[in-house]
Amino acid sequence: MREISFSEATLEAMAEEMARDERVFVLGEDIARQGGIFGQFKGLPDKVGAERVLDTPISETAIVGAGVGAAMAGMRPVIDMHFADFIGVAMDEILNQMAKIRYMVAGQCTLPLVLRAPDGIVRSAAAQHSQSLEAFFLHIPGLKVVIPSNPADAKGLLKSAIRSDNPVLYFEHKRLFPMKGPVPDGEHFVPIGKASVVREGSDVTLVSYSLTMHRVLEAAEALAGDGISAECIDLRSISPLDKDTIFESVRKTKRLVIAHEAVRQGGVGAEIAALVAEEMLDYLDAPIRRVGAPFVPIPFSPALEKLVRVDTDAIVAAAKETCR
Amino acid sequence: MKSPVRYSAELLSDLYRKMVRIRQFETSVGELFLAGELPGFVHLYLGEEAVAVGVCASLNEDDYITSTHRGHGHCIAKGAGIKKMMAEIFGKSTGYCKGKGGSMHIADFSVGMLGANGVVGGGINLAVGAALAAKISKNGKIAVTPFGDGASNRGTVHEGMNLAAIWKLPVLFLCEFNQYASTTPAAYSVSVPSVALRAQGYGMPGASVNGNDVFEVYEAAREAIEYIRAGNGPYLLECRTYRVKGHFVGDPEMYRSKEEVRQHIENDDPIANFANTVLKNKWMTKEQMDVIDAEVRDEIAAAVHDAREDPYPAPDQLFKDYYIEEGA
Repeated sequence: MREISFSEATLEAMAEEMARDERVFVLGEDIARQGGIFGQFKGLPDKVGAERVLDTPISETAIVGAGVGAAMAGMRPVIDMHFADFIGVAMDEILNQMAKIRYMVAGQCTLPLVLRAPDGIVRSAAAQHSQSLEAFFLHIPGLKVVIPSNPADAKGLLKSAIRSDNPVLYFEHKRLFPMKGPVPDGEHFVPIGKASVVREGSDVTLVSYSLTMHRVLEAAEALAGDGISAECIDLRSISPLDKDTIFESVRKTKRLVIAHEAVRQGGVGAEIAALVAEEMLDYLDAPIRRVGAPFVPIPFSPALEKLVRVDTDAIVAAAKETCR
Repeated sequence: MKSPVRYSAELLSDLYRKMVRIRQFETSVGELFLAGELPGFVHLYLGEEAVAVGVCASLNEDDYITSTHRGHGHCIAKGAGIKKMMAEIFGKSTGYCKGKGGSMHIADFSVGMLGANGVVGGGINLAVGAALAAKISKNGKIAVTPFGDGASNRGTVHEGMNLAAIWKLPVLFLCEFNQYASTTPAAYSVSVPSVALRAQGYGMPGASVNGNDVFEVYEAAREAIEYIRAGNGPYLLECRTYRVKGHFVGDPEMYRSKEEVRQHIENDDPIANFANTVLKNKWMTKEQMDVIDAEVRDEIAAAVHDAREDPYPAPDQLFKDYYIEEGA
């Protein structure tokens, strides 16, 4: 299979969906002239026409609000948030408008809208440009949240998100953009709400997503060397969560570790741990372990930043604890 | 001096009927709330009727309007039906939002009414987006977004006006300057005597009119809407009015004197102003207005009667009108 980058995969998804449906348009800062600050929109205006790739002023509130309004009026906007951290600026538009309007008006409209949010730690960008905020949105009814870890899922999930009639938050880790991987030719979809078992195993279940998924796969390799067989699940969507896939795996392995780059406290791991504790406790042979960032803003200095990053060793250690 | 607008009998009767419909609807809602018949809380549009009615008279049915927490007047002026509005305010399954939205979220997409909004300033960018959709799909529609002097201080307004201006979006920013943001007087909270002055800062035209004179509103709005529809971009129209009731029904109104309110009601009531003008010009008779008053009274009574009788939503409605199945 051909290999393309995560960034190219998202660009293919955008170009294909925009060619297919005139109602799809994209708005955000630095996307048309600049091609996106991570190059993820490069050349898109040439492919689909400049009138549907709109550079905006720095006005996150208006960008997201206008996206919601355009969706209410029948369009299918894709919004680029520049950095996931800037979601805070447009939080009312996400929390009170995007997530709620369809329900509040009893289905008089749909809100087919995708909000793309580049997240995660990269090159000492410090506390306001490095966060992983997906767990906020797990807590808001009305939204869907997807978070791919590789180019194929990036394309498949973005196409599914654009075709969805629900508002979808699409988190994409900044360090994944240049990463290459196999992507099927032509139409390729990944269903929203469906996790993927990317490595089968029998001793412990490792659940993750996004960049940390790669650390988990490295951990599984290391664990195999120590005779521990780890099953690795890539969530791909965190709202809705694919409980069935997680439960099925835990039923088999009887041990669970959840790993993510986001702060451990109140994170996606906490929700999964609670679900498993509520419904699967009898199956567990060991306490659930969560691996995530400590409860502290992300520091600037590389000497400190590395202390909040989730590394392979931490995942290996957590998995071994469950197997003692 | 512009040439005087000629008012057809049909337009006059429509302007009057809609203002009276809002007046009676809101009066009735206020009484029902105080009688303990309504859940939640309600914000009444009493005293501001001429603004929504005067503006909406120049809109097409498929033009868009967003709204505020004080949205009943916008709904009625844009053509929403009072039965489904009243049922919604009662929280009944027959309401516009099947009881899921209530007073602050009434919407009727079939007449372009995109919903009242519980967040002050929340509707501004929704209208900007609807206008953007209209521009991209070249369907000729425009969007109107009413907001108060309170909302005028929100950042959403700044971002939305700037965006609409640089993209020349077909949107009418309609400031309903009703003097109070909840309990805070505009004289204290707004940096300029008129919000219309801010239009210059966005490179768009701005005008300010007496919002309690439906003819002034109608004529100013018509001009603004013509400008917008011609593709010139957004327009800011301020209508000076007065919120004669509290922020919500039950507001003790410690922040202003009863005398101040009485003065406004007695000297500058939009419906009395209308009557004075049409009688003076012999455009309508007292009898014609009385007939409309009576017809509207019957409509409202029927809406209240039905809303009382209608069923509450069944428990199985809780998860309806929510997520749409993927790939459906």
